[in-house]
Amino acid sequence: MRPGQPARKRWPRWARRGLLENVAIGLIALGVLMLVQPVSITLYSYSFVTVLAGTLMFTIVSKFPE
Amino acid sequence: MPDVNAIANRVAAATPPSLGRAVRGLSDRSIAWLFVAPTIILLLAINIFPLIWTIYLSFTNYASNRPNRAVVNVGLKWYQDILGSPEVWAAMQATAHFVFWTIFFQTLIGFTLAYLIDRKFRGHAFWTTIILIPMMLSPAVVGNFWKFLFQPQIGLFNYIVSFFTGIPPSSFEMLGSVTLAPWAIVIVDTWMWTPYVMLICLAGLRSIPDYIYEAAEVDRASKWRQFWSITLPMALPFIMLAVLFRGIENFKMFDMVVLLTGGGPGSTTELASITLKRQAFEAYRTGYSSAFAIILFVVIFGLANIYVKALNRVKQR
Repeated sequence: MRPGQPARKRWPRWARRGLLENVAIGLIALGVLMLVQPVSITLYSYSFVTVLAGTLMFTIVSKFPE
Repeated sequence: MPDVNAIANRVAAATPPSLGRAVRGLSDRSIAWLFVAPTIILLLAINIFPLIWTIYLSFTNYASNRPNRAVVNVGLKWYQDILGSPEVWAAMQATAHFVFWTIFFQTLIGFTLAYLIDRKFRGHAFWTTIILIPMMLSPAVVGNFWKFLFQPQIGLFNYIVSFFTGIPPSSFEMLGSVTLAPWAIVIVDTWMWTPYVMLICLAGLRSIPDYIYEAAEVDRASKWRQFWSITLPMALPFIMLAVLFRGIENFKMFDMVVLLTGGGPGSTTELASITLKRQAFEAYRTGYSSAFAIILFVVIFGLANIYVKALNRVKQR
């Protein structure tokens, strides 16, 4: 790296905590809505997997740098 | 100023030699672990082990009333059964109805009360204490006395409704009607937990600095404008916090509803936790109920994550 050149950030912008936490929260909220909606039992069947994915994602991405 | 070395020597002389030798042999890290170990062991025994055991049971056919039967691994069968069961789906919808309407009324009434109490009128401390009383009662007590209040013959609730609407008091039964029972449990929970929401909202309102309102007054902003542009946006994180907290609590609601309706009439007020209890301790389907408990746990854990995130936002303010 040449002197004066800004240091290259190692962590990609898309993988930062704020954005991914919001995606995880969106997944959890979607899963909870699928769990309690009265319209489709198919949506209800996939609700747990959605909440689980969101929860695991939140647990992992909350350790990522801001 | 006392000599530190002299004090240290006195303490060393007073320490029993065996203890002194034992502690001197340990590093700071080991001593720290020694102090923390009882709490960690207790936590593992009471929280972590039952959780891991429940996860294990959720993949087996274990039944607690038949402990000698061979335990067979059934894989994801119970999860598939629960997530394809119309009965559990109905229980989830009953839970959703209860959670949505209790949160709606508690937030609306709680915020209004907090806004009024924040005006600091004469005797506001007395009224705050009076309003907080329902929150201090046990859910078992609340369940029992609301059962009496809802009695169609002698209950005060029916007479009050009759007084305002003209409907005869014995012509409707709050806890016995399929259409009214879900609203009866909403009324009782709202009565009990609105003060809690009010307290959180009050904390939010009190955290708004006065100079913002003074600046708005200088700019000739109306009270209505001040409410929508200052009060509501600044109290919103606290309202969100109250909503999430009550949402999580009501998703797990059991005691008060069992005492009021027992899940009836039929299964109209059978919330998810009541279905879980029936499967676990009436049908003795331990594996099935373990899987159900894990599903509820993951949902509540997910909601708790949102709660933590909202809490962090409030802290950053």
